[in-house]
Amino acid sequence: MEQVAFYGFSALAIISALFILLTRNLMYAAFGLFLALVGVAALYVLAGADFLAITQLLVYVGGILVLLIFGIMLTRPADERPDAATRPNRIEVVNHRRFWGILVAVVLFGVFLYTILAANFTLIGDVLISRSTIRTLGVELMTSHLLPFEIAGILLLVALIGAAYLAMNRNPSA
Amino acid sequence: MIPITHYLVVAAALFSIGLAVAVTKRNAIGVLLGLELMLNAVNLNLVAFSRHDPELLRGQLFALFVIVVAAVEVTVALAIVLRVYSHYRTIDPDQISELKK
Repeated sequence: MEQVAFYGFSALAIISALFILLTRNLMYAAFGLFLALVGVAALYVLAGADFLAITQLLVYVGGILVLLIFGIMLTRPADERPDAATRPNRIEVVNHRRFWGILVAVVLFGVFLYTILAANFTLIGDVLISRSTIRTLGVELMTSHLLPFEIAGILLLVALIGAAYLAMNRNPSA
Repeated sequence: MIPITHYLVVAAALFSIGLAVAVTKRNAIGVLLGLELMLNAVNLNLVAFSRHDPELLRGQLFALFVIVVAAVEVTVALAIVLRVYSHYRTIDPDQISELKK
């Protein structure tokens, strides 16, 4: 059962990633990213990371993906045709450097595959038994990882102010 | 119990596809989509290795910080993309080549 779920969700993630690569409509690519992120979240659950899976869904699907779709819609080229208001929104993006991009990716995947299969990991230590990780994560965040936690908070504040300042419309007439 | 090698192979495939997306899309937001895929692949590796560290879960903590930094990166990148679009009227990275001239 676990095997079926693992391979099913892996296939979901990889097929939707390939769909992002091959589609020409940027809107469909964003929806493909949605499926890929959900597949990766399910893989997190199968690896015993329940809190991280929820975080993935909240932050990526609820935040980043919505932001990306906003970006796609705000930067699409203007449609000059007279019946533009009634036509479906097709935001087409031409792919370029297809040969070199895919060649580099395939070669990189081959190198990864060779490394992983040749590495022959011997892992010491216990394996995560099925219990919630929230308690451990919370205790660790508030004790030994307190400094990175605070720095992440400051980073988020800086990004909030910086993004608002950058995106501000300085020339309202244009 | 799934062997760790299978997680690593899935993550390697996602990373390679993300790289191909980032190289081939002629749109800055398409490049961002590829970057998100690559960050997810790295997180998958961290979580898979963290399964063998149940006391401290250092891999999952690291993945949590990666998610935070990814959120920050995408907000600032989108703000920059909006500025670039209002200045050049395009977000094709190949056409924004004023510094090369």
